[in-house]
Amino acid sequence: MTFTVSLSKQDWSLHRKGPIDQARHNQKVKEAIKKNLADIVSEEAIITADGNKVVKVPIRSLDLPHFRFDNRRNQQSGQGNGNSKVGDVIGGSDQQGQGPGKGRKAGDQAGIDYYEAEITLDELAALVFEDLGLPNLEDKGKAEVTSPDVRFNEIRKHGPMSNLDKRRTLLENLRRNARDGHAVVGGVNNDDLRFKTWVPDIRQETNAVVIAMRDVSGSMGEFEKYISRSFYFWMVRFLRTKYDHVQIVFVTHHTEAKEVDEEAFFNLGESGGTKVSSAYQLALDIINDRYPPALWNIYPFHFSDGDNWGEVDNQRCLDLVRQMLTICNLFGYGEIQEGGRRSISTLMSAFQHLDDPKFSGVTITSKEDVLPALRKFFSTRGEAVAV
Amino acid sequence: MNNAELAELEKAAERIWDIAQRMGIDPFPTHFDVVPATIMYEFGAYGIPGRFSHWTHGRAYQQIKTMYDYGLSRIYELVINADPAYAFLLENNSVLQNKLVVAHVLGHSDFFKHNAYFKGTSRQMVEMVSVHAERIHRYEFEHGRETVEEFLDSVLSIQEHIDPYPNLRRRDGAEPDKPVRPRETAYDDLFYLGSEKRPEPPAPVRKTPPEPEKDLLLFIAQHGRELEDWQRDIIHMIRQEQLYFVPQMQTKIMNEGWAAYWHLRIMRELDLPQNDYMEFAGLHASVLAPSRRSINPYHVGLKIWEDIERRWDEPSDEEREKLGRRGGEGKAKIFEVRELENDASFLRNYLTKELVEELDLYLYKYENGKWVIVEKDWEKVRDVILRGMTNFGQPYIVIEDGDYHRNHELFLRHCYEGQDLDMDYADRTLRHIHRLWGRTVHLETVLDDKTVVLTFDGERARTKVGEAVQAR
Repeated sequence: MTFTVSLSKQDWSLHRKGPIDQARHNQKVKEAIKKNLADIVSEEAIITADGNKVVKVPIRSLDLPHFRFDNRRNQQSGQGNGNSKVGDVIGGSDQQGQGPGKGRKAGDQAGIDYYEAEITLDELAALVFEDLGLPNLEDKGKAEVTSPDVRFNEIRKHGPMSNLDKRRTLLENLRRNARDGHAVVGGVNNDDLRFKTWVPDIRQETNAVVIAMRDVSGSMGEFEKYISRSFYFWMVRFLRTKYDHVQIVFVTHHTEAKEVDEEAFFNLGESGGTKVSSAYQLALDIINDRYPPALWNIYPFHFSDGDNWGEVDNQRCLDLVRQMLTICNLFGYGEIQEGGRRSISTLMSAFQHLDDPKFSGVTITSKEDVLPALRKFFSTRGEAVAV
Repeated sequence: MNNAELAELEKAAERIWDIAQRMGIDPFPTHFDVVPATIMYEFGAYGIPGRFSHWTHGRAYQQIKTMYDYGLSRIYELVINADPAYAFLLENNSVLQNKLVVAHVLGHSDFFKHNAYFKGTSRQMVEMVSVHAERIHRYEFEHGRETVEEFLDSVLSIQEHIDPYPNLRRRDGAEPDKPVRPRETAYDDLFYLGSEKRPEPPAPVRKTPPEPEKDLLLFIAQHGRELEDWQRDIIHMIRQEQLYFVPQMQTKIMNEGWAAYWHLRIMRELDLPQNDYMEFAGLHASVLAPSRRSINPYHVGLKIWEDIERRWDEPSDEEREKLGRRGGEGKAKIFEVRELENDASFLRNYLTKELVEELDLYLYKYENGKWVIVEKDWEKVRDVILRGMTNFGQPYIVIEDGDYHRNHELFLRHCYEGQDLDMDYADRTLRHIHRLWGRTVHLETVLDDKTVVLTFDGERARTKVGEAVQAR
């Protein structure tokens, strides 16, 4: 009989080509995210996400381009159920029905496709916080902090079986047998058992407090509010991830400053004029009351559109900042100027006369500047990072 | 599937083979491998088992796998055009589902064996792609993984631009390379008395390529000056694999329709118990479900095949009189069509007004944030579908000049036929071509009725808008 059809079933369990190439693709996604971090950090979807959620980040560079027609400019063909008419709408703006994880979506501009990668906020945060730390941190005596690490670095003869150190146990058994004359492993008894045990790893950390100040006055437009929120979102996340015991004090201000809780800080939208000195004064008061500089590393940050109430107050601010610089490790000021418009009388120009390495100022003109600002403020390598 | 089920399936496969033979189709001998779903996704992603590693394959794998895991779609079968044919069945399909797949696969296998467009394909492609994969893997060792990957990225971005018919060149009779020289005689000097210099005979026009060349990969592999041997080798390998896929892209509707036509008829012959028959009917219906956003090749293909058979079996009086159809020739006709046509000619010749209306085909377009049906006239619908088949739905790009500006720059031209290019993608693709060619590259196309030339010189991209093109 000649060969016609045959059927077989083999063991494919060692076949792994697909998963290997998939891993390479995932690696490329990570690289692309890292490259586009500045864009991604200020994505609205991210700063409104909470917890360990998976966020979708658009990456443009990961699609292999080829010559193709622009589907939005050209007609395509489809099939109806028998009674379609000219003018029937067959779908909204999405180019294709999107399956979960299918990872392709039409951009709002014709012909621009984004590949959407999925990443958890924690993974993203790890990328953002690489190399960041509190600058000029000093050892201020009173150590309060433990980091929750434990290290298994001791051996005992008693302990829970789950912590049994098998290697040492066998060695002990061999040693005992050898003492009896035959060097073989076997007949393990209770004397041979060795257990790993832990000691808490107490690391001393220095005290630090961050005073986050935010301008909520009427002159702060949507963009300015958005940027300051975005920056503080990452800052708070960063501090909580890296430092267990850094305290954060939240201050908002318009013509008056007040200390608020975290939620109010992020959600408050007020209006009115701007008197920045009120916030700085409050910050100084808080420091003097609660955080004696001898014991605390102090980091005030302030975000504003720089639109302050006249030269007089600018001068007052300058004096207060000078005062703070004597007791703080770093003073960070971010001025948000949408599209780079500049008025001459901003706070930044007043601060230009400050010639103190502990003063760090950035101007933010677009969403992409948020990440460089974070990197500048929290660079532990001195002033090496240029913005 | 357990062993008992495997045995049942194997027996059924033999019956299906006999029925298929009796009905007149003549497939390659076919080997079926029952594989787990992960292996099926993988082969689906790579096109052929064992192809070279690349992240785009990994991405395709992930996408197919996700679709399957969420229950959104599944691949039922995969068949490789080879002799003997090599097909895969899903392990966790029911026996009945796999019977249907076996019947379907024999339809494909018959098509591979007899359709004219498959005549030139290698029937040992499975072996060849694994040789390629091994060689590429070796290059990764020699030159670094990232280097090879980057190069592959560039080659793959233009992999569709090959010429499956290098022998079908236009010959205009005149030898293009023969220069026209004025006759030389002993009295020539008299004609030029008084003038300072005798005019030189016109230099022969030497162009590379002499005629516009469609095969970008081949041209670059042959004429690219910056390429190393291993890079040329990779281009040739990718081109060879792509050539293998061309007939499948050209006959998607015919081939799927043909397989559906035969699985339907074979399954009817199997005397299935009623329950199985219901399951089969449900499965068949789900495969044939039309899509509002695209053409379902199974459905449209099957309908056209059945329509051809009907019209040749029972021609109308007019057809009998004018076209001389005698009736009862349906089977003979479909077997003839399956040998001679590809999708483009298949639709042009056999997608009739009645079929367009019955299938409710239409054209749609993006208007004001929505996709709207804009055309139902059958000829226009057919022509747009056909346009999508021209050059496998890819823009037709030719090399106009491989020594542009006498500076070895590459000048490409998009043969514009009414469809605009995606300019963002064109720009990014041009960068990839630059990486292969090593010198400045240009692409001429038409956008908003004006000639546009995109240029990339390795650092900057420029766009030059030229004169308006005649209204189309």
